[in-house]
Amino acid sequence: MERRFRILRFNPLYDVKPHYQEYRIKVQPLWSVLDCLNEIKWKLDGSLSYRRSCTHGVCGSDAMMINGRNRLACQTLVRDLKYTRVIRIEPLKSFPVIKDLYVDTEEFFERNLAVKPWFVNQTPPPERERLQSPKERQKIDGPTKCILCASCTSSCPTFWFDKAYLGPAALLKAHRFIFDSRDEAQAERLAILNDRTGPYKCHTIFNCVETCPKEINVTGAISDLKKKILWSKIRRKEKKTEGG
Amino acid sequence: MSLSSPFPVHRHDVLILGAGGAGLRAALEIGEAADVAVISKVFPTRSHTGAAQGGVAAAIGNVDEDSWEHHMFDTVKGGDYLGDQDAIEVLCREAPETVYELEHMGVPFSRLEDGRISQRAFGGHSAVRACHAADRTGHVILQTLYEHCLRKKVRFYQEFFVISLIKEDGRIQGLAAWDILKGGIHVFHAKAVLLATGGYGRTYKTTSNALANTGDGMAMAYEAGVPLEDMEFVQFHPTGIYKMGILITEAARGEGGILINRNGERFMERYAPSMKDIAPRDVVSRAIYTEIRNRMGIDGKDYVYLDLRHLGKKKILEKLPEIHSFVQTYLGIDAVREPVPVQPTCHYAMGGIPTDVNGRVVVDDKETLFPGLYAAGECACVSVHGANRLGCNSLLDILVFGKRAGEKIIEEIRGIGVSEPSDKTAQEVRLRVEDLLEGSGNETAVGIRERLQEMMMVRCSVFRNEKLLKEAESELKKLKLRYAAVQIMDHGRICNTDLLEALELGSLLSLAETIVAGALARTESRGSHFREDFPVRDDAGFLKHTLARKGPEGPLVSYKPVRITRYQPMERTY
Repeated sequence: MERRFRILRFNPLYDVKPHYQEYRIKVQPLWSVLDCLNEIKWKLDGSLSYRRSCTHGVCGSDAMMINGRNRLACQTLVRDLKYTRVIRIEPLKSFPVIKDLYVDTEEFFERNLAVKPWFVNQTPPPERERLQSPKERQKIDGPTKCILCASCTSSCPTFWFDKAYLGPAALLKAHRFIFDSRDEAQAERLAILNDRTGPYKCHTIFNCVETCPKEINVTGAISDLKKKILWSKIRRKEKKTEGG
Repeated sequence: MSLSSPFPVHRHDVLILGAGGAGLRAALEIGEAADVAVISKVFPTRSHTGAAQGGVAAAIGNVDEDSWEHHMFDTVKGGDYLGDQDAIEVLCREAPETVYELEHMGVPFSRLEDGRISQRAFGGHSAVRACHAADRTGHVILQTLYEHCLRKKVRFYQEFFVISLIKEDGRIQGLAAWDILKGGIHVFHAKAVLLATGGYGRTYKTTSNALANTGDGMAMAYEAGVPLEDMEFVQFHPTGIYKMGILITEAARGEGGILINRNGERFMERYAPSMKDIAPRDVVSRAIYTEIRNRMGIDGKDYVYLDLRHLGKKKILEKLPEIHSFVQTYLGIDAVREPVPVQPTCHYAMGGIPTDVNGRVVVDDKETLFPGLYAAGECACVSVHGANRLGCNSLLDILVFGKRAGEKIIEEIRGIGVSEPSDKTAQEVRLRVEDLLEGSGNETAVGIRERLQEMMMVRCSVFRNEKLLKEAESELKKLKLRYAAVQIMDHGRICNTDLLEALELGSLLSLAETIVAGALARTESRGSHFREDFPVRDDAGFLKHTLARKGPEGPLVSYKPVRITRYQPMERTY
C-alpha cells in the first residue's frame, strides 16, 4: 500500500525556517514509522536526518511527533495510526531543532542533573545484597522503566511556557530514587524539589502519561512527590512542636 | 585547538570508545584515578546494553544450591570447550561480587519474598542463576552505570563517530573522530584507548541488534593490524520475533515457555532430552531450523511457535512485561492467549579482539601485547564464551572485564608521558570523509548493505558448508569492489547519518570477510559453527582459536591454542 509522509525539514545552512517535504512510498502494514523513514532515507532522500538505534522501543533515540503526538517511530506501526492518508512527522516540540528531526537535548539532560539522578547510600554495604521487599521494589517499577526519550517533557504545556520547570522526565527520575527504600538522600532530594521549579508546577494535564512509550504513570509519580514533600514538612513541623 | 593542527585536539589520559556496560564500567573504575573520557556515537543510555533482557548470571545461590565451579563448568561446556578456562574461572569466580556490587550501586533487581535478589533458570545453566530486573535487566544496569558516571563527572563526547585509531611508534596514541552533530574531524590524544564498541549483528539480515551495532571497534582494530579471534562463531538466538528479529528473551523459556512445531509437538524433547527448551542457544537454533527444513514449521513456513499460554497472565505480566508488550505492539498478539511466531535471529559475536583477562589486546599465540590498546565487552574475545555463549553471561562479561580493563589501565599508564602524535591519520581520515562527501561513485551504501545482509544470512548463518562459504567469499570480494565506488546522497556536514552509514558499511564488510574466512577454514562443527559437510567436533584438528589477520588479499588465518585448566573436553549433550 502507498502512503504519503509530510516531514518537517530544516537545514540550518539553507533554511530560514522549517518547511514540510512530502514523500510517497510503498509500505507494508507491519512496518513501523522508523521502517518508513529508513525507506525514505535509503531509497529517496539520503539527506533526511533522524536519530535511531535499537528499532524496538528500548533505546529512546527516535522520539518524534507523529500525527501530532510524541511517539517512538520504531514502536509506532503504520497500521496502528488512525489517520494515515498523510502521515505527518515533526521533531519533538519545544526542543531546539539542529537539523530535520534531530533536536538539541543537551539542556534536557542537564535539567535532569538538578535532581541528583544517582543512587546514594553511604552506609557500608553488607557482604551480600541489601534487602528490599518485592513490595518496596514495586514502588519504583514504573520510574525505572524510563528510557529518557524526552517524549513527556516535550509534550508538557507547563514546560512549553516555563523552561525553568524541571519537567516530567527529571521529576520521574527523582521519584525513582526518593521512593527507593535503599536510597539515603531522600531529604536532600525533597529539598531540591521543594521549589518553584519542582512538582508543584505540574498542572496534571496528563499529556506525559498519554505520550509515554513505556506506559509509565508520570503524572501519578509527580503527585506522589507533591504528597511526599507535604508530609515531610508536616512531620518536621510536628517534631518541632513536640520538641517545644 | 593545537597550533600545529588544523583539527580540534583533545587530550586525555584514557579514551574509552563506546558507552555500553563495558565502557561505562571501565570509566567508573578509572574514575578519579586518571583523566578519562568516553566517546560514543550514540547518547550513552542508547547503547545496546540497554536491550539485554533476561539477566546476569552469578552463582549467588539465592534459589538453588550453586557454586562458581558449576557456573564455570556450564560455561565451558556451553562454549563447546573452546573457551579459555583461566578466563572463564575469573568470570565465574568474580560473578557474585559483581552482582552484589551492582546491587550496592542501586540496580533495582527483582526480589524474592525475603528481599534477596530474585534468580531464574536460563539456557545451558544447570542451576537457577540469572539475577534479573523483570525482563529489562540490561536497561537498569546501563542506567545505573551511567548515573554513577554523572556523579563522578566522567567526561563524555557523545554523538562522536570514531573513524580511525592513531598508531605511531608501534603504539596506539589516540584516534580521529567525526563530530556527528556539527560535522568536522576531531583528534584525540591519549595514553591508552579502550575499545568497548559492542557487536556486529547488523552484518546479518535478521538480527536482534540495534542499527548501531556495526562492529566499528573490531574493524578499527583489524585495520590497525590486530588479528580478530574466533570470528566464525556467531550466535543466533532461537527466539526472534518472526520476520523482525526483535529479541524475545530466553527467560521466556526459563520461566517455563516451550517451543512447538506445526503439530503442536514440544520438539526440543527430541533434541535435548534433559534440558529441553532451555538447552544452549546453538542447540535450540539448530533444532528450530531442522524442524523448518523438515516442513514442521508453522503452516510449513520458516517459523515455529513460542508458547507461553500455560504460564498464566499474572506470571507473564510480572516476569515478562516487556516481551508481552513487544509482541502486542509488533504482532498484535496477546501472548497470554496466543502462541508467538519466532525464528532464530543473529544476536551475539563470540569472537572479536583478542585480549588477556585484564583487557590488554594480545596479537598472537605468544600473548604479545599491542601497546596502548585495550578491549572489553562484546567487541573483545577473552575468550570466555568459546564457540557459543550462554545466556546471561554477556552482562556478566562486560562488567567483570570492563572493571578489570579499567584497573589495568590505571596501573599501566603510570609513567607514560603525554603523546603528541602527528596529523597523519587525521589527514587520511579527512581525505576519506571528503571523498565520500564529494565523491561521484555509482553505488549506494544501502544497496551493498542489503545484499551483504541477505547473502550472509543465506550462506553463513546457522548451517554452513564449503560451497555456500566459497560463494560468500567471492561475493564479498565483489561487494568490496562496489564499496569503493559508494556514493552518498547527503553532501552536508550537520547530522549527516548518510555518511555514518557508509562508513559503518566499511566495518561490516571487513568483519564479514573474517567471519567467512574463519568459517571456511574450520572444517569441523563446534558450538554455533555448524558445517554440514563436517558435522562433528574435531578436537584433534580444531581445539584451537582462529586468528584472522588483515592481509593484502583478504584475511590471513592462523591459530592459537585453547587454555584448558580444569575440564577436559567431553561429548556435549543436553
